[in-house]
Amino acid sequence: MLGRLTWSAIPLNEPIPLVASAVVLTIIFGVLGIITIKGWWPYLWKEWLTSVDHKRIGVMYVFLALIMLLRGFSDAIMMRSQQALAIGDAQGYLPPEHYNQIFSAHGTIMIFFVAMPFVVGLMNFVAPLQIGARDVAFPVLNSVSFWLTAAGALLINLSLFIGNFARTGWMGYPPLSGLAFSPDVGVDYYLWSLQISGVGTIMAGINIVTTILKLRAPGMTYFRMPIFCWTALASSMLMIAAFPILAATFIIQILDRYLGMHFFTNDGGGNAMLYVNLFWAWGHPEVYILILPMFGVFSEVIATFSGKALFDYRSMVLAALAICVLSFMVWLHHFFTMGAGADVNAFFGIMSMIIAVPTGVKVFNWLFTLFHGKIVYEAPTMWAIGFMVTFVVGGMTGVLLAVPPIDFVVHNSVFLVAHFHNVIIGGVLFGAFAALNYWFPKAFGFTLDRRLGQATFWCWFIGFYLAFMPLYVLGLSGMTRRLQHIAHPEWRPLLLIAFLGVLVIFIGILCQIAQIVVSIRTRESRRDMNGDPWNGRTLEWATTSPPPPYNFAVLPEVQSVDAFWEMKQTGRTGVAAAYGPIEVPRNSATGFITAFFAVVMGFAAIWHIWWLALPALLAIVATAMIFGWRDDREREIPVAEIARLERARLNPRSAA
Amino acid sequence: MTADAIAEAPPTDFAPDIDWGGPAPTRTVAAYGFWIFLLSDIIMFSALFAAYAVLSGDTAGGPTGRDLFDLRNVFIETACLLFSSYACGLMALSAEAHHRGRFVLFAAVTLVLGAAFLFIEGSEFARNINDGAGPSRSAFLSAFFALVGMHGAHVGSGLVWLLYMVAQVVAKGFRPRVLRRLLCFSLFWHALDIVWVGVFTLVYLMGAR
Amino acid sequence: MSGADREFEDRAPGVGPDQLRTGDRTYTAGLLLALLATMASFVVAQTNLLWPPGIAVGLVVLAIAQIGVHLVFFLHIGSGPDNTNNVLALAFGVLVVFLIIGGSIWILSNLNANMMPMADMPG
Repeated sequence: MLGRLTWSAIPLNEPIPLVASAVVLTIIFGVLGIITIKGWWPYLWKEWLTSVDHKRIGVMYVFLALIMLLRGFSDAIMMRSQQALAIGDAQGYLPPEHYNQIFSAHGTIMIFFVAMPFVVGLMNFVAPLQIGARDVAFPVLNSVSFWLTAAGALLINLSLFIGNFARTGWMGYPPLSGLAFSPDVGVDYYLWSLQISGVGTIMAGINIVTTILKLRAPGMTYFRMPIFCWTALASSMLMIAAFPILAATFIIQILDRYLGMHFFTNDGGGNAMLYVNLFWAWGHPEVYILILPMFGVFSEVIATFSGKALFDYRSMVLAALAICVLSFMVWLHHFFTMGAGADVNAFFGIMSMIIAVPTGVKVFNWLFTLFHGKIVYEAPTMWAIGFMVTFVVGGMTGVLLAVPPIDFVVHNSVFLVAHFHNVIIGGVLFGAFAALNYWFPKAFGFTLDRRLGQATFWCWFIGFYLAFMPLYVLGLSGMTRRLQHIAHPEWRPLLLIAFLGVLVIFIGILCQIAQIVVSIRTRESRRDMNGDPWNGRTLEWATTSPPPPYNFAVLPEVQSVDAFWEMKQTGRTGVAAAYGPIEVPRNSATGFITAFFAVVMGFAAIWHIWWLALPALLAIVATAMIFGWRDDREREIPVAEIARLERARLNPRSAA
Repeated sequence: MTADAIAEAPPTDFAPDIDWGGPAPTRTVAAYGFWIFLLSDIIMFSALFAAYAVLSGDTAGGPTGRDLFDLRNVFIETACLLFSSYACGLMALSAEAHHRGRFVLFAAVTLVLGAAFLFIEGSEFARNINDGAGPSRSAFLSAFFALVGMHGAHVGSGLVWLLYMVAQVVAKGFRPRVLRRLLCFSLFWHALDIVWVGVFTLVYLMGAR
Repeated sequence: MSGADREFEDRAPGVGPDQLRTGDRTYTAGLLLALLATMASFVVAQTNLLWPPGIAVGLVVLAIAQIGVHLVFFLHIGSGPDNTNNVLALAFGVLVVFLIIGGSIWILSNLNANMMPMADMPG
């Protein structure tokens, strides 16, 4: 009746997932309970869950990312503590079948449900404001994209309480991930949750590319766009080009597992190496999808907090586009050791070294921007400087790894693990925190507490080096990745340092939470009165904090790059002569409902509950058809309302 | 030039004689967004093509393309889909001209020819499966069924979409929103024919040799 | 829309209201060319009209030509400045397609040669 779902799927006799599930479920039901008791559901439904406003959707994406960061980080603490304990005769506390799920979940969650949502949410919030647009090109599609990502996150978290997760690592290589060696639901949770969120990601990429190419304000030619929009464009182009490869790969893996096909099996002519090839053809562009917007963030932050225009804007643009194209020409470096010949390895090794060059151009341009600038040491600046140091170190180890003979020694050792954490934490995560501090006032109307922001930075910076520099040494000593037990007692000191690093990062996370809580409590003392707390250069700072639903009452006429800076210099920031009424899209429950049925369909597919899976799929189609029949899609904001909001924008104190 | 002078010099416009007048009309925005969606779909197909190219020789002792492919059927399928694409073009012109009668006629032709394509393909699949040449027989057959089947699933979804659009035209007339969606449907239908050119060339014609 | 003097306006791919007069001629021309390419493909594949070792190349060339016919005659992808975005997107897509298919074939044939000596024996 319920496929292969039975009561034994709930981990009642396994203490670790049982305790984890109990804690998480208590928190979730606690939060839902508080919302219900306080009667916040109508507000949440109307203002957030059914919103199609890019600003709201962007905030929800970032919120999802930060919550999932806590889950992914708890996996990290468990791994580091296990490796610090299980040395020599000691066995630690995590048996292999759990440990394997933990490192698989850690990678999957961090890439797909922390980094990706943060990046997409950031681009969602900032890009339309920066190009002087009123919203993205397809607002309802935007909502659907977010909710599908959330659906994937929900599915993957369900694997904690019902069934188990994959034990294959976050890449899910066959034949281990095939039906013969992983017959249980773990790999199915992985495949379906990523497939569902992947659809959302492709749609988000389409939305952002179309928005940036087609909805810029009058006068904003391509080379007057903020540099963040260029990197957002490049990243979104990569999303559209790369995620379909992953989708196809997962579809055929699903066909292998569900219909007994032979794409990747050991028998019937299957070829497991094909999976690795296709996976990384997606996987390499993916890391550039994550880092390019962060390069844009740092460009904006460094320019603003140096009080200078970005050095050599055009080469920054060319570098971003070069990275975009080159990112599709290096993917084999993820499997140099799989057995390709020297000619293939050499080609991809050389291409991998070439792709470091545009990034180097960017680093020099950032340094030249800072040079002779009036530098202001707010939190974003510190994240930016920390990024430049850390990312360069990580990039250099990347160039090392790009040399096939070196890679043969350290592939799949913790040297590799240190490298990719070096660039992802130093690049993506530091960029996320810089962006959070930089644009938080725009989203919520008050800045974040400065000292706690600095404390967060120092804890993450010091903690990162403590946690990962030992791993470079251990990797060169021969320690492979994903070890549940360490047979070499001489590695203990370095593993303890790494564990200490994770604890320091944990303090950093506590500081970050404290920063947000304290900032909310004391927000009146840090109100952003005029929408421009940092003396910014780009158009998002020309709006109130937070901006009105329509962003700009009158679309700005752009006459140069750094449009808002130019407007401030020439005194064009005042009130417009006249307003017309503005049409904005109405809210829509389409995204939420689609995601609901997607969760049902995914869960049913995982557990082989066929009578539920197919109707859920049909319900998704029906939702689209019903929504598509709606005529009344927009509402008009009357002139009086716009005039009132504009008066408040220009006279913040009298309106407060 | 000093670093400061380089830093402060404003960037030159890439194409100073081309200005940007503001946000594009909704029709352009919708069609462009759908166009890049189609490109993403084609990239998805290319991953399946790549899998097919790699696995086409792995027949595990079972039947090969030469054993299975009936090129006469493939030619008929190709003609059906091509003429269906043509009818779709005429349908699109009727929609732009707001001529409801001709629109429904050409939509029906598009639909019937597309359904004929699917019928022939479905029969071929059924015959293969019956003869023990189903997708779980070998890697070659898995790749064949996945690639060709994925294309067929797109054609089927397209037919459902077409029926929905005919219903919208009948109920709402040729409003801008309906016309935008018809434009997107036409792009979709022609793109499917493009993918089919790849399929019949690389899978059937090359496979049957 | 808004903004004073627009030098040009981006064209969406697909039929526009300005093609009503000549539209059906475009589609008919496209149909005939595509039919020609299709028939040529079938003939080339099944006979020895073309030098046999060149048949694969010939088929690919005919396929590319027919795809071009579809793009120009059915999808109305043009070459003017108002089509730049459409063409650039197409070019990027085509590049990625060739990298994936060509790259996978090159890589996997190399890997198969080195790692799967049984690949050409019955499974």
